[in-house]
Amino acid sequence: MIDIVGTLRRSWQQLIAHIDFPLLLITLAIMGVGLATVNSATWDSNHRMLSQLGNMGIAMIVMWFVARLPPQKLMRFAIPLYILGVVLLIAVFLFGIKVNGAKRWLSLGFTRIQPSEIMKIAMPLMLAWYFQKYEAVLKMKHFMIASTLLIVPFALIAKQPDLGTALLVGAVGFYVIFFAGLPWKVIIGLIVAGASAAPFLWNMLHDYQQKRILTLIDPTTDPLGSGYHIIQSIIAIGSGGAFGKGYLNGTQTHLEFIPEKHTDFIFAVYSEEWGLLGNATLVFLYTLLIGRGLIIASAAPTLFSRLLAGAITLGFFTYAFINMGMVSGILPVVGVPLPFMSYGGTALVTLFLGIGMLMSIHTHRMLVKK
Amino acid sequence: MGDFNNPEADLDRFRFRIGFAAVAVLLAFGLLIGRFVWLQVIQHDFYRTRAEDNRIALIPIVPNRGVITDRNGVVLAHNYSAFTLEITPSQVGDLEATIDALADVIDIQPKDRKRFKRLLDEAKNFESIPIRTRLTDGEVAKFAAHRYRFPGVEVKARLFRQYPLGAIASHAIGYIGRITERDLKWIEESERQANYKGTDHVGKTGLEQHYEFELHGETGYEEVEIDAGGRALRSLKRIPPVSGNNLALTLDAKLQEITEQAFGDRKGSLVAIDPSTGGILALVSTPTYDPNLFVDGITPDNWKELNEHPSKPMVNRAINGAYPPGSTFKPFMALAALEMGKRTPNQAISDPGYFNFGNHQFRDDKKGGHGSVDMYKSIVHSCDTYYYMLANDMGIDNIAKFMGSLGLGQRTGIDLGKDDSGESKGVLPSQEWKKQRFKKPEQQKWYAGETISIGIGQGYNAYTPIQLAQATATLANNGVMFRPHLVQYLIDTKTGEKRPVEPKPIRDLQWKQSNVDVIRRAMVGVNKEGTGTRAFAGAPYEAAGKTGTAQVFSLKGAQYKEHSTKKELRDHALFIAYAPADKPKIALAVLVENGGFGAQSAAPIARMVIDYYLLGKLPAGAAKEDVAAIEEDTEE
Repeated sequence: MIDIVGTLRRSWQQLIAHIDFPLLLITLAIMGVGLATVNSATWDSNHRMLSQLGNMGIAMIVMWFVARLPPQKLMRFAIPLYILGVVLLIAVFLFGIKVNGAKRWLSLGFTRIQPSEIMKIAMPLMLAWYFQKYEAVLKMKHFMIASTLLIVPFALIAKQPDLGTALLVGAVGFYVIFFAGLPWKVIIGLIVAGASAAPFLWNMLHDYQQKRILTLIDPTTDPLGSGYHIIQSIIAIGSGGAFGKGYLNGTQTHLEFIPEKHTDFIFAVYSEEWGLLGNATLVFLYTLLIGRGLIIASAAPTLFSRLLAGAITLGFFTYAFINMGMVSGILPVVGVPLPFMSYGGTALVTLFLGIGMLMSIHTHRMLVKK
Repeated sequence: MGDFNNPEADLDRFRFRIGFAAVAVLLAFGLLIGRFVWLQVIQHDFYRTRAEDNRIALIPIVPNRGVITDRNGVVLAHNYSAFTLEITPSQVGDLEATIDALADVIDIQPKDRKRFKRLLDEAKNFESIPIRTRLTDGEVAKFAAHRYRFPGVEVKARLFRQYPLGAIASHAIGYIGRITERDLKWIEESERQANYKGTDHVGKTGLEQHYEFELHGETGYEEVEIDAGGRALRSLKRIPPVSGNNLALTLDAKLQEITEQAFGDRKGSLVAIDPSTGGILALVSTPTYDPNLFVDGITPDNWKELNEHPSKPMVNRAINGAYPPGSTFKPFMALAALEMGKRTPNQAISDPGYFNFGNHQFRDDKKGGHGSVDMYKSIVHSCDTYYYMLANDMGIDNIAKFMGSLGLGQRTGIDLGKDDSGESKGVLPSQEWKKQRFKKPEQQKWYAGETISIGIGQGYNAYTPIQLAQATATLANNGVMFRPHLVQYLIDTKTGEKRPVEPKPIRDLQWKQSNVDVIRRAMVGVNKEGTGTRAFAGAPYEAAGKTGTAQVFSLKGAQYKEHSTKKELRDHALFIAYAPADKPKIALAVLVENGGFGAQSAAPIARMVIDYYLLGKLPAGAAKEDVAAIEEDTEE
């Protein structure tokens, strides 16, 4: 007699062997909130909830596959992915399609791809691999080389211009270098140098970027122009109050006052309908996510996995903080989606690649130790 | 860092940095939470208000303007509903293209486009703006067939003001027109701007202006939810408008029409008053104009023609034209003399045909004079010498005091126009007046010689027809004076309640009845055996009257010859009258500009008006103007 129950149990165990349940539950919770909010944001016209559900399914399958790959295998992707990313970015620079004044896309004939998205994953992989390789003999020169590996794609993305993605890629790369042990003296030196170079950098920014920053300082100076979106978004958040206007009852949302309401500004939609209580809940969920990520990083057995886990986790933080900061008016408006909340398949797949890697690192740690 | 890194130390450093990152994350999220508390708790009220302001728009619903009817219920001004073709700009992509396409279906003139553009500049996004007004049924049907092609374009029913009698009584009714900057200031000063949201027409002159705030009504509104594009999504609340009050006039439209016809193409004015109330029965100023021209915004061509026409049809002569009263002044002078004890009725003078004052000779119209003249004869035959002497005896300030008490030289306060700005004061000469009027000291002094011609209604004397009519009505009413007014009562359209406008006399001059009777007998004599005889021949009632001729041009001693004088320099003809003499129902003043002798052109008009009012028919053969000069009446 075949042990059906036993077979099923073994298959199930095989299936979930590389799933980290705390991480899974936290992301599912955030996605649940996100799905409901996408539903509200697209309630009046183009319903997007089911489509987002599909995106989530695809992204979680990707996660499942990635989680099964041991970190050693992940390392093998580092160089090819990084080189592919850089080549495509150069291709964008040369042959990219211009949409709304920014050259971010590459046409493949049947579809368009955004190579900067690849860099979000390729960058931490590459740098973590690099530091792993020179772990024993790490010197200042390696930090210099790592910085170069970071700056080239960063500059290409910033040039497109895509300030949001450039900031994310730059941040994730920097986190790897930081966790690898970049001396504090250098970090403080960089901050001082950055502050003194600020006026120079200011002049390098595009007009529209300068305007965005100026509008941030005082959005009311241009209430109908570039300040309009952020003013409407702040009104949405502020009018939400302590407990919100109730699900599907946000007037700013449903009367179309909020721009990009199912993508970059989804937080304003959520905040208007759920209020401070909802915001605190969401921030708490992100804190749990980041906390779990940092625990995984601390427990990781190799330098590569430590650096990768730490950088990916802080990457999630950066996404969340910049997005909520810009929507609530304390950071400039740069195109950064809210992780696991904003509508969009590509962003979700990238995020779950990260989650999958975290799970891989955590579930393979014992095997490495053995 | 040495050549060989210590893995244990590296791990410690890494974990320290993870801890550092954790603290940084908590601080950053703490900052966000702080921001949310600021926006959602501390500033919540502010942002809640902003969100409400965002989403709610008040769309005003304009009330029906009150209807104006005459004393018999004949409609003089009302509203009619007509179809307009309207565009909501926020729902239309390319306005120009849409209008071009519409023009293929419905006739759209350049002036329609011009008006649309003007309205577009003033309007808010979510309001619909008319591109065509007064669509015919055919046009409505035609558009309906093409409707699917024009999202954001619709046929609406709107109310328009209309004056069914056209030019008749236009100087009394006035007209409405689009609100201008100046009207807006008036509305704001009256603190009614909230009630005028959505209103685009306002009374410009006449009753329409004077009773603007009664006629207008209370604006209702609809609270609608709008989206960021300004589209109205749903109605939240509707407060219906309250229609304006209707005006029921004392004016008799038929009498008005007959009077205007009697003037023909002559310029002039007639004001007829019911002496027992002050209610105006007819208020004529010719030429008139069609107030309907103004409702939709007058075209520049029409405006130019009305405004620049030499006979000035836009001027309301009844209240704005100031004319010397001529001999119509004499009955009032005679009454003043009796009241002040300066003359008795029987006291007679000998009239040589002139009166010498200093080295100046004031001549009578009749060469050789009227012989012995008492008060009765002085009025019936309009003897100038009698009044030269009387004026000299009374002195200017006594004359001014008495005439002032009759309301001459003051605004009557008739209910036309805004405040009293539409009415002229005229000139009641006195020493004080001259001091105010002139700047140089030598001009400021009153000379006794100037008083002489005041006595026959010439000199500085200048009164409006409404003032003369009021004085005549007061005379007819034995000194009890009413403010002349056009509105009998206001009707609240909601409750049907009637609110009378003028229930009480404003002044009783306390004249001695025997004195008033002397004047009445003399004025009846005018129409029986004097200058008004021809005009009132065969009248089945007794009418009191007095002719007058006012010099437009000083002839400096030369003999006035009507035929040899240019028309615009010819004298103005006047006539005042009331009837029936014993129990007056109507009192009036007529003025025909450049009409020559009062008996000739003004008195026949008075006869027609009185006949029609008292008998309901016109005197026999009165339709055509009586051109033949009345030779025996030329002694005025």
